[in-house]
Order: sequence, then C-alpha cells, then structure tokens
Amino acid sequence: MSESVTLNEQYELHVNGETRAVRDSWLGESLLFVLRERLGLLGSKGACEQGECGSCSVLVDDELVCSCLVLAASAVDQSIVTIEGVAPIGSPSDVQQAFVDAGAVQCGFCTPGLIMATHALLERTAEPTEFEIREELSGNVCRCTGYGRIIEAVQRVAVSRRQSVQA
Amino acid sequence: MSSVTGERTRTGRLGDSISRPDGTPKVQGSYAFSSDLSAENCLWGATLRSPHPSARIVSIDVSGAYRIVGVEAVITAADVPGLPTYGLISSDQPVFATDVVRYVGEPIAAVAADHPETCRRALAAIVVVYEVLEPLIDPERAIDGSHPDIHPDGNVIRRQRIVCGDPDIVGEVVVEDTYEIGMQDQAFLGLEAALAMPDADGGGVSLHVATQWLHEDQKQIAACLGLPVSSVRLTLGGVGGAFGAREDISLQVHTCLLALRTGRPVRIHYSREESFLGHVHRHPVRIWMRHHATREGRLVKVEARMVFDGGAYASTSSAVLINGVTHAQGPYRCDNAVVDGYAVRTNNLPCGAMRGFGVVQACFAHEGQMDKLAAACELDPVEIRLMNAMVTGDKLITGQVIENVAPVARCIRETAALPLPDEPVGGHDHDPMRLPGGAGRTADTSHIVRGIGFAVAIKNLMYSETFDDYSTARCRLADGVVNLKFATSEVGQGFITIAGQIARSVLGFDNVVIDSIDTDVGSAGSTSASRQTWMSGGAVNAACIKVRDLLFEAVAVAHGVDPLSLAIDGGDIVDRNGVFRVSALDAALGLSFDETVEYHHKPTEDLDENGQGDCHTAFAFVAHRAVVDVDPELGLVKVIQIATAQDVGRALNPLSVIGQIEGGIAQGLGLAVMEEIIMSNGHVRNPSFTDYLLPTFLDMPSVTASLIEEPDPIAPLGAKGVGEPPTISSTPAIVAAIRDAIGKPLNRVPVRPTDIIGLSASPSI
Amino acid sequence: MSVIVPNSLSAALDALADNPDALVLAGGTDAMVEVNAGHRKPAHVIAINRVSELRSWTYDPVGATVHIGSGVTYAELMESPLAELLPALAEASRTVGSPQIRHAGTLGGNLGTCSPAGDGLPVLAALDGIVHLASAAGERSLSVHDFMVGVKRTARQPGELITGVTLPVLTGWQGYSKVGVRNAMVIALASTCLATDLDSRDVRLALGSVGPTILRCAEAEAFAATAVSFESRSVSAHDARQFGELAAAASRPIDDHRATAEYRRHAIGVLASRLLRRAFPHE
Repeated sequence: MSESVTLNEQYELHVNGETRAVRDSWLGESLLFVLRERLGLLGSKGACEQGECGSCSVLVDDELVCSCLVLAASAVDQSIVTIEGVAPIGSPSDVQQAFVDAGAVQCGFCTPGLIMATHALLERTAEPTEFEIREELSGNVCRCTGYGRIIEAVQRVAVSRRQSVQA
Repeated sequence: MSSVTGERTRTGRLGDSISRPDGTPKVQGSYAFSSDLSAENCLWGATLRSPHPSARIVSIDVSGAYRIVGVEAVITAADVPGLPTYGLISSDQPVFATDVVRYVGEPIAAVAADHPETCRRALAAIVVVYEVLEPLIDPERAIDGSHPDIHPDGNVIRRQRIVCGDPDIVGEVVVEDTYEIGMQDQAFLGLEAALAMPDADGGGVSLHVATQWLHEDQKQIAACLGLPVSSVRLTLGGVGGAFGAREDISLQVHTCLLALRTGRPVRIHYSREESFLGHVHRHPVRIWMRHHATREGRLVKVEARMVFDGGAYASTSSAVLINGVTHAQGPYRCDNAVVDGYAVRTNNLPCGAMRGFGVVQACFAHEGQMDKLAAACELDPVEIRLMNAMVTGDKLITGQVIENVAPVARCIRETAALPLPDEPVGGHDHDPMRLPGGAGRTADTSHIVRGIGFAVAIKNLMYSETFDDYSTARCRLADGVVNLKFATSEVGQGFITIAGQIARSVLGFDNVVIDSIDTDVGSAGSTSASRQTWMSGGAVNAACIKVRDLLFEAVAVAHGVDPLSLAIDGGDIVDRNGVFRVSALDAALGLSFDETVEYHHKPTEDLDENGQGDCHTAFAFVAHRAVVDVDPELGLVKVIQIATAQDVGRALNPLSVIGQIEGGIAQGLGLAVMEEIIMSNGHVRNPSFTDYLLPTFLDMPSVTASLIEEPDPIAPLGAKGVGEPPTISSTPAIVAAIRDAIGKPLNRVPVRPTDIIGLSASPSI
Repeated sequence: MSVIVPNSLSAALDALADNPDALVLAGGTDAMVEVNAGHRKPAHVIAINRVSELRSWTYDPVGATVHIGSGVTYAELMESPLAELLPALAEASRTVGSPQIRHAGTLGGNLGTCSPAGDGLPVLAALDGIVHLASAAGERSLSVHDFMVGVKRTARQPGELITGVTLPVLTGWQGYSKVGVRNAMVIALASTCLATDLDSRDVRLALGSVGPTILRCAEAEAFAATAVSFESRSVSAHDARQFGELAAAASRPIDDHRATAEYRRHAIGVLASRLLRRAFPHE
C-alpha cells in the first residue's frame, strides 16, 4: 500500500520509574524504536529485530524481554526498565563495573542487553553455576568476546555479593 | 622498552591489563554508536536493492515514490555527480546500478523520507523493470570462459601461480584431497549506520560512520561526490564490531548523496537482512591440495589449486587470493611447491575482507592435509607438525625468508601441554543439556563420542605487495595532559586502551586523553590485517617518543644534564648516570609540544609470475587444540574445550589479548560447525539470525590460552598483531576433532549434520 | 492503525467482534518479527497480554486435567508445579528461543501461529489437548488435531480468540526432543514428543517439523504398546529401533534451506527411538 504513515499517535509509557509521553508516533513502532527514537533512551540496541540476539533486552513488569518484539503502544500501564534505569550515569552497578573490570566489553553493542540479562539472572539465582550462566544468557549473542570474560564478570559479581552478605 | 620498575610503578602502562577507557559509557548505554547519532531536522534514508542476481535494467520509474507524503528525495545512478563507481583495489562497483545488476542486493536507488516506514513504502513504490539473465554462479565457469563476461573487467579478477624449488619432485608418501570452505559472514552486531550532514552551501558534507578506514572511505566518497577530499569530513561513529565487513563502502556515498540532495541531515540504518546483502563476505573457496612427504614425514612438496569466488565485484579479492596462495604451505618448512590460484567474478554476493583474509581457507586445507600425512606416515598429528615446524630463517614458498620471531614448535608444544578438560562427556551430572543438541536434549551420554584435534597456522601481518599501509599519530602535551589524535578505527579491539598505555609508558604522564577519531589527522590505515597494534601503536609510540625527546631536551637545558642520559621512571624523569630526578609533570610545566608522525613498515615487493617475491611484511604463529563431543547418529556437535598457544610477541594488555583470542576462536568455531551464507542460484536463503547461526553461550566452550611472549625485535613495541590468528587454526582443529570422534573424513566447513552422518547435503530432486 | 489493550476477556472479545480480522497480539514473538520485517501491516491490533483470565492455569486433580490459559508464557510452563504436571511441556518450553523469548511467548501464540515447528505443539498433540475458543457469540472447544489444519493455518475463525488448552495429566514418562544445529535458540529441524500413560497402557508419539502440521504415528504407537513392558519399564533394543523406523516412515518432511527431507526423516527415527528408551530404560 502506498498510503502515508500517520505519525500522530500519543500515549504514555512508564519507563525507569517515570511516566513518559510518546508523541507523534506511528502505532506500528516497536518498544525498541520508541525508546530510542521517541524517548531518547538510546542504550537499548537493535541488531536483528527478530528476538534472536538480545541486544534490545529490557525488563517489562520485571521480566526480561526483547523490546524489538514488544509493540510499544501495547506496553502502556506496564513498568519498563532499560539500561538507563539500572544505575545513574557515572555510578555503575556492580554488574556494570564487573563487566568493565573483567574485560567483558569490546565493541559494546551487546553490552546493555547483557547487563540487563545478568541483572535478571542474579535476581533469580544468586550463585549460578557456569552452566546456569550460559543457559540464562544464551539469548544474548556477542560477536566480539567469545563469552569467556563475560562469564568471569558474572561470577565475580556473584562472589562479591556473597562476600558482602557474609560481611 | 619498559620503564624502570620499583615503588614508582604506575598502572596503565604497557603490559598492564587495564580496562578500556570507553568501558563505563558502554556498560551504561551512553556510548554513541553510529546508529545512536542524529541531528536536528534529520531525514531517514533507505536503499532499493536488486532482487535478481543477474538482470538487465530495462527501466526505473521513481514517480510512485514521490507521490507518498513524507518522501523528500529519490536518487539513482543518474544523480551521482562524480565517479559512478568505487572500490578498494579497482573502482569496479557502481554506486547505483545503471544498466545491469550483478548480485542480489545490489543498490539501484535510495530514498529520503520522514520515517523508516515511509521509506519502506517509498521503496515499494519504485517500479523497476528487469530482464532477468542467467546468473554465473559456478566459479569454474568463470575460469573456463564458458559464461560471457558479467563485467567489463572480465570474469577472472586475478590469477597467481607459485612455483618454487623442483616442481616435478615426488614424495614417497602422497596425500591429496579437495577442501571446501563456505561463505562466512562477519555478522557484527552494530548494524551499518551513517549520519551525513551537508554543508549549508552544499559544497561539502560531514559524515559520521562506523568504518574501518576513515581516509580510504573519504577518498572514495569524495570521488563519487565529485568533491575535493577536503570537503568530505569523516568522523568515526562508535563501531559495533567490524571483522572486515566495514572495509568496503556500503552506505557512505548513498547517505552523503541524499544529504546533499535534500540539504538536510540524513541517516541510513541497515536492517539485519539488508546488512547480510549490503557488505562483503568471506570468500567461499575450493582448494585442491596434494602434499608430498618422505616416509618419515618430512614435507617435500605442496601442490595446490585454489579458486576464490569473489562474487560480483572485485573488492579485495586480489589480495585475499595472494594471502591464500602464499600461505599454502602453512607454518612448515617446504622447499618445493606448485600452487595455482584464481579469484573469480560470479553473480554471487561480493566477497572481500573477513578476519583471516584468505588464510582461514588455506589453513583449513593445509591442516587437513597434515593430518592425512600423519596418518599415512603413522605419526601423531602433533609429531608431524613438530617435525616440519618453521623457525626464523626458513622460507615461504614465495622465497621470502621469515625474519620475525617464529616460535612454531613452542606454539605446538605448549598447546599440547595445556590440560585437557576434566569433565567427562555430559558433565559430572550426565545432563543431556550438556551434550551435543544442547537445549534440544536429543542425546544421552551413551550416544556421544569425544574427539581431539590439532591445527597450526601462520598469518601475515599488515598489508602486502608493495602497499605502504602507514599510520599517523599526533601527540600533544600541554598542561599535564597528553592528547593523542589518530584516525585509527576503534572497532572494539581496544586500540584506544593500548594507545594510552603507550603514551603513559613513554612519557610518564597518567593523564592521557584520546581525541576525536576523524579525518583531521593523517591516515591510520585500515583496522584489519592484525596491523593496528604494530602500525598505529608504532605511530603513537613514535609521536610520543618525539615529544619525550623534546621534553628531555628542555629538561637538559633547564637543569644542565645530558639529554641522552635521561629516561622515564614511573612518573619521573631521571638521569640514568646520576641522581637527577624531577617529576614529568613539573618538568613540563609551562611547556607545550605537538608532534605528528607517520609510521611506515619496511617496503614489500610484488610477486613475479612464479609467485616469488618478499610480498609480506611480517608473520605471526598460533596453534589450537579442540576437544569436541559428537553425536554421530544425529550429526550434532558440541565443542568442549579449545586450548591455544599464540605467538603474540609481547602482550601490551594481556586482558585485551585474551579477549581477541576468545572472540576470534568463537568465529573460528562458527565457521567450523554452524555459520554459512547459503546461496542457491545466486539467491541468499538465510539472511537472518534465525538461519545464519552465530555461536551462543551454550555453543562456545571455555578457552585455555598460553601467551607466547618472545618480543619481536622488528615490531616497534615487540608486540605482534593478535586479532586474526585465533580465527585461523581454530576451525581446522575443531574439524580434526570431529574427524577423530567419528573416524571419517570431512573436507568441508561448516561441517553439517549430514556430513557427519554421511547423508547428502542437497535435496534429492 | 489502532492498538487496543483490553483488561478483560469480555473487552477483548468485544474488540475482536468490532474488528474480526484484527491481529491478536500476545507475546509478539512471532507477530512482531513479521511486523518489523514489513511482512505484516496490521490495521488493528488487540494486545491481550493484560487479560488476566488468559494468564492463569488451573489443575483439576479429580479429572486429572490442567487447563492452561492462552496467555501463559513458556517461562511459566517451566516452573513448578506445572512442570511436574506436564513435564514434556516444560521440556519443550525450555527449548524455545531464549529466556527473553520464553518470558514473552505463549502457548496461545504457538497455537495461533500453528507453525509445524512450534515447540509446544507436539506436546499438545501427544496429549490430545483440547483447544478452547471464544468469541462475542460464545465459546467452543475442539481437539488440537482438528484445530491445527495446515502450515500456519488453524480452525480459528475471524472474531475468535484462543482462550486456552486443556491437557490430561498422564501417569508415565513423557518428554520432548528437538534437533537444531546450534545448542540453543534454534528452530526445530525435527522434533518429537513421547508421552506414556500407565493407566491406559499407551504410548503416544507426535512429530514436529516433518509435515504440514503435527503428526501422530498410529502405527508406531500401536507397535510400542505391545512391544514395551510397563511393569519392568523395558523395551528391547531391536524394538526401540523398529519404533524409530515406524516413526520415520510416518513423517512427511520437505527439503528446505534448513535441512533435507532425508535428514529430517532420519532424525525423527533417531529421536523417537531414543525417547522410547528414556521412557523404558531397561532392555
């Protein structure tokens, strides 16, 4: 069809604890598109638009999902957390810092999605085995690192959280 | 080379595993990749691509696109003001197709509009009438001349023979086979994206793009735009991986043209499907090899015929071919060789640079051959490789003497000595999830066999055949801060990290700032060929040394010491012969320095008609061992462990080196067992991550690595490039392990379940 | 274009009555892939992921059935106690995509898409599930075998919503296997669900990705019922192999870019006999 795209939709999304107005949008836009192009939250990345790489991972109502597969206009009244909501700029979370320290970041494109997935994993399983880490992060593809340093980063966080609980 | 250690040691120097300076923005999502860039009043652009591998364009009617509200511009070949073609070696590739299309995905037109969906509808409204032609898809037909030329430059891009020693000598033991390597994709995650902003007067443009070589892009873009190079300014947008796919122009000219046409900023973002079509791939290759050896297992002669399918346009096929044929012997001593190699043009997808650049393919073949020789000579695969291992001073079959450190035997021995995995098949808990088939739970432990395989590689570093791929760096020192400026593309490999380490080590200052990476400084050459540590590291090192020496002169004058006796110790300047010591910060107070240096490697030669000549710059070596579990009934594979010892010269940042090793091995694993662009009659069957499979966390094993540090006196910092070797012999090691597990020959990568079982890979019709 | 997000089943059905051809969107793991690729341009979307009636499940211990709302996700199907009641469904759910996909994808979506490679579908077929549909006009139920008509074609009529599935809780081993080239995140090249019931002494086998829709294997099932011993949980190696051959013979695979028909048929034979061995581990 050659008809024009209507760019006049308005609705509200709850993102990182704030209510954000989405304006001048087309209803067919994915949550990933709206986060990036309408709400200025560029941290979530699009690498496949099919849910096959996890780069767009966000939390919706505390569940880790691919934001490229969420129709933005259907996510009204849900609580959305993006990479920007994990920690204030300049004060990275323990997971974020561990990724930096362990060499788990190279090009960084998969990194926001992996940070989200790691936070979700450690919420569910405080001391995951290596196999559990691999299975829970299997929805996040990285092309640069070969995953070794990422696993190291996750394990460091698990250990350090256990130590701070014990201390 | 290293500063005097002691209590004055500071971190962030060479040899430290410091974390990357852009790490925090990357983990917080605030790092700007090229796809994150936008501008006021920006339009979206999109590209119309050919659905046919070979067709004549009868007509193009763009009027339908203009009728859609929100469309601002539609451009075709007629709108290219300058050179209508581009290319890295020969300018044979059209910006937009004119009279013919030569591959599925070839750009025909582009639009600029207010929303990506409007762009999509505009593209759908452009009517192109094609006369479909029979595509040339068999590389042999490109060679035998039985298909008409599909391009004015002909169907053979290049042919190169190598003849050395006694071409007629025959060994007591002879083994031969034909090996096939499928088309791998670089599949970087950061999809192609560019933002072009036209100058107000339309006489120039600023382009932000993720690319591997800013200046080469700049040159080609300017030529196509009909503008002077100085009017096309490139800034590196954050790069989400490259692996060779960003060496060629993809969206750069299109984005600039749309911006200049509309007078507004324009950004183009490729989708994943478009990315598969929009960049070059690893060459699929067929390699026949025949190895001759003495009965004891010493190599006598290597014969090979290699055919590289370059696809529709030449890209870097010529150079990839040379890499392939000149590495035919592998890291082994061999006095006699007859090698014949072709890079040909077909209507398949254009192929060019991918990490390994022709040597991946050659290595798969020569390592398969070495295992066959081992079996024929009743030697262990490790033994036969040790017996033939090169040392410094040995020659390639091109006659070139290996002058670099060449610890091949050490790579092999150390790899073999790394501990094997202690987990049995299925792990200690016999969980089917840990077996081949993974989450699909297809097997139980009794269905699985384990195998072990070895492979070794030699890889050239930097560019070859007289190409002067120099690098430039600018070092400024003022107010206690070192500012480094270079055009070196940071694609994730961590050059910006070691650049700072070099500066701190040379100058003794902690505070190093990396300036914007753009065309406001001289060329750094391409981020490829494992060259940036050597070349851009060399340039940064040389520029910092120049500044340091000027600082030493100033200190010498101010303090009455001999500048030649001064040295950096931690953060201080000391007199090696006396007691003088001053902090570098104090010494530089009130002074400022600004030095730009070009770093060149020694010149190389062309190859003559017999493939003789010192055409390569330097070499690095590596060995891999793979442990693999196989389900022979279903043909499924799980790689359990990869062990490697790599000749790195000097690990300037060991953590970064490990990152390159693990990441490169993952790509080697992908080629071994799962990655292939499947073409059928010129059409791509799997342009998506659903069907082009990348290794996941559950596919990639842990890697045990030994870094062999024998500093190379020729390398400016003793360090060799480390990016490519991990992708090269990892693939044949994995395939060798599968062969070991199933006891059957395998001569193709990626290995498919049908190959393991012995079924046909093609439908029976 | 319109997007409606109803909060109740009746609101969803009313919206669907107004736009019978609307895209019913649950987890989006199939539909949004098509929308993103531009292959699907829905004029009206009804997002049902907020309809709580569809997101719950109930167990009837007397009737030994579980009713699963169409909005229940794969992740939820992997959790206790559902995983113990329907182990094959939990296994199949674990093979779907990735954790992200499993948190969003639903059994209703799997049914609605009705791809022959849908991971939940062989389980529903092996268990002879009952699919429940509702519309503004009323409700109806039909066997999953009647619901799955062909490749991505179902018996769902415009205006109808899949509300859930009722499955029996069998006594006996059940499990699911699927073949893919990678160890995670794969579309099945071939898949099988084997379910046994001690009470009725039967062995059910359903095949995925080897026909226009999910196949049951009457001949193989009849053979297995006589060949196995439920008491000693045994089957001979020869009979396990023959079971596999019968399963392979029942499959109707095609060649495509993912696999050849020959490989798929071969894989079915291997999977079927291996699953039978898991159900009856002794010889």
